[in-house]
Amino acid sequence: MFIIFRFSSRKKRSAKMLSTLGKSATRLASSKKAAVESSSFVMNLFRGKSVTEQVFPYPLRLDAERKETLGMVMGPLEKMLQDVNNVTKNDETSDIPKAVLDQFAELGTFGVLVPPELEGSGFNNSQLARVAEIVGAYDLGFGVVMGAHQSIGYKGILIEGTEAQKQKYLPDLATGRKFAAFALTEPTTGSDASSVRSRAVLSDDGKHYVLNGGKIWISNGGFADVFTVFAQTPIKQADGSTKDKMSAFIVERAFGGITSGPQEKKMGIKGSNTTEVHFENVKIPVENLLGKEGEGFKVAMNILNNGRFGIPAACTGAMKHCIQKTVDHVTTRVQFGKKISEFGNVQEKLIDMVAKCYATESIVYMLSANMDAGIKEYQLEAAIGKVFASENAWNVCDDAIQLHGGMGFMRETGLERVLRDLRIFRIFEGANDVLRLFIALTGAQHAGKHLAQQASSGVGGMLGLAMARVTGGPATGSNFDSVVDSSLKDSANLLDGQIKLFGQTVQNLLIKHKKGIIDRQYELVRVANSAIDIYSSISVLSRATYAIKNKSTSADFERDVANYYITKALRNSQLSLEQAGKGVENATTVSTIESLAKQIYSNGGSPLQHPVEL
Amino acid sequence: MFVFLSPSLSLFSSFFLCLINIKMRILVGVKRVVDYAVKIRVKPDKTGVITEGVQHSMNPFDEIALEEAVKLKEKKLATEVVAFSFGGPKSAEVLRTALAKGADKAIHVTVSDAEAAKAEPLHVAQALQKIVEQEKFDAVFVGKQAIDDDASQTAPLLAGLLDWPQALYASKVEDGGAGSLKVTREIDGGLDTIKVKLPAVLSADLRLNEPRYATLPNIMKAKKKPLKAIAAKELGIDLTPQTSVLEVAEPAQRKAGGFVADVSELIAKLKEKGLVKA
Repeated sequence: MFIIFRFSSRKKRSAKMLSTLGKSATRLASSKKAAVESSSFVMNLFRGKSVTEQVFPYPLRLDAERKETLGMVMGPLEKMLQDVNNVTKNDETSDIPKAVLDQFAELGTFGVLVPPELEGSGFNNSQLARVAEIVGAYDLGFGVVMGAHQSIGYKGILIEGTEAQKQKYLPDLATGRKFAAFALTEPTTGSDASSVRSRAVLSDDGKHYVLNGGKIWISNGGFADVFTVFAQTPIKQADGSTKDKMSAFIVERAFGGITSGPQEKKMGIKGSNTTEVHFENVKIPVENLLGKEGEGFKVAMNILNNGRFGIPAACTGAMKHCIQKTVDHVTTRVQFGKKISEFGNVQEKLIDMVAKCYATESIVYMLSANMDAGIKEYQLEAAIGKVFASENAWNVCDDAIQLHGGMGFMRETGLERVLRDLRIFRIFEGANDVLRLFIALTGAQHAGKHLAQQASSGVGGMLGLAMARVTGGPATGSNFDSVVDSSLKDSANLLDGQIKLFGQTVQNLLIKHKKGIIDRQYELVRVANSAIDIYSSISVLSRATYAIKNKSTSADFERDVANYYITKALRNSQLSLEQAGKGVENATTVSTIESLAKQIYSNGGSPLQHPVEL
Repeated sequence: MFVFLSPSLSLFSSFFLCLINIKMRILVGVKRVVDYAVKIRVKPDKTGVITEGVQHSMNPFDEIALEEAVKLKEKKLATEVVAFSFGGPKSAEVLRTALAKGADKAIHVTVSDAEAAKAEPLHVAQALQKIVEQEKFDAVFVGKQAIDDDASQTAPLLAGLLDWPQALYASKVEDGGAGSLKVTREIDGGLDTIKVKLPAVLSADLRLNEPRYATLPNIMKAKKKPLKAIAAKELGIDLTPQTSVLEVAEPAQRKAGGFVADVSELIAKLKEKGLVKA
């Protein structure tokens, strides 16, 4: 009765719409049909299990040498961001001068993860996160130049490239002698990454691919020397026919046939260069194929997953900047005869900002540390980090502006620029809405396979499932009693309850909708929201426990922030799960939404009559 | 490799050396201090300031001294720049920063953290003296003062101990010819230009130069440069303090001011406080 849903099957419409998600989800759960065990906390969350080996103890471990090297470069980096880079001017002129980029290149900020043998700085992800945080606090536009270059631009060469490709390209790229860009997006290819139309066809002599096509909104597109380009290539199938499949290429501007459009006019991150890039009969040597032919989608997803944590890191820095400005303002601004910092509503807003920042930071370094530890399965955690951080940063900046009153709206204060800069973070590198569906569907698929396996294991398995439903689900298997500090026990208990409810809710949805779950966006989004609340809560729980155990000077503060945050987040989670679980009510709401939307579309706009009837 | 200047050189060779300028080995003293951007907090027992869990960095004036030495090396006026630090185990960090900023070697004269907290400029000067005597330097550069204790004594004490000329508060350093340096000093009312014969002790003032940044590639390269540690005791330095700290206290908090409507109210208030005569 339980069906493993596969996205590529009958439902053509949704299958096409969600082909990106489906392919990544299918790939994640491995090609085998059998259910696989996972060590990822979020993956197991979908089965109502609390698997905390990647979460407790807080995994951040920078050895003394890495810490010292990081400490040595942080000061110079901050000074250069203050003295050499001019964020206001970058925003006004929509440019970051090459001379400025050159100075940062000298500092080593363009080759942070590249090994020293290839002229890089040899940092790990946790060190890079700290660097990205500092950059994010000063200039998000500059952060995008940096990220487009190394987090995605040449990341493919670093993680998927052959030894020869690394030797050839990384030294120039790590030192900023050359710049890189990531070229995936096309006019008809947004969130649905596999639908690119650019094509690369092998030449008759088999020595070159000839690339034609156009890319849009390419960060660093105007000046990059090396592009990671995704294009369709005709692949011979087993039955002799050919089929277009996406492949990835390293393309040099020097190959010829590449033109860049003018700098786009954007809402924010104006200092970063964004252009169209066109390829006309570009001859790419076959050795510049990145990864295997036809596996470009996998390469793209690996790059994006691997680079994704840079966004939460930069957003954390931006939040800290907003919080500091707000503290400075509210503790000096006097209204109604007292400093506005004394008003309860101001305090509540500030503490919410601080709690959101704390939770985001906790996720950033948990994620980076797990990546540094060699853990490969962090796609869901990375996706949650990106969604969570970009939305928190937006809200924190918005609150900072609100607490500044009219001053916040003025350019001079600098917060309006941060808000404009932050807006794109909810859209690019995986739109948050699509990432929510990715999180919910990937997790649900994992849970679905296990459910199917259990159900197919005979009467006993069926009975177990039925029993579990009657008794409110099996225990989560959490070990919170032994790993969480006792002062956070109440929060841990709340969390355990939510993990259990989450597993039950997902199971019920799977039983009810089977593979039709793919179309239940109303429920999926709420499931994803709850997953975000739960994962951020457990990150906070782990981080605060770590601080208390290590007698951090801010341990008491962290304990209180943690309890405050978790209580609030899990209240939201409870609400999301309740909404997701209400079958009958949801059916009514969803059909109302559908019907209203249809009326608007068929009318070509809102059909509302104006109250003055004019 | 360095050219050692000695009075026994023939007239010809000293003339020749004048043409190719001086060739110095420079020892630069760098101190690990609480970072200038950190808000200093006094310990509850008033015996000092809180240093645990606080960002530390190289004393900014020492950074300037180091930069000048490295620049002289780049101008081929110096052959080798050796960084020196006297302090607890973590002083090695500022030495590695110095190596990343261009020093060739580093010498760490080690003491315990407890001893470092009580060390005085004389102890540091004595350690510098021992190192100079052991390794034959032609000049010692230090910052004019450290931003933690503001003592400003290490350079003059060292000049005294070595019986070398001193050029303190340098704001410009040039080749003075014939084995000397021409040093400009900012003094009240103008500039003072002096010529000091090498070997000499020099202390760096704020406007001498703008120190370079330690870049990541150089930080990585610096890991391979030699850093030698010697215990202060091995050098035979008596660390007995000559002063004792009675109390460290926060500056008095400024009281908030008030607004006055006009000049007459201002005068009335000032009279009230006895700040102007009635």
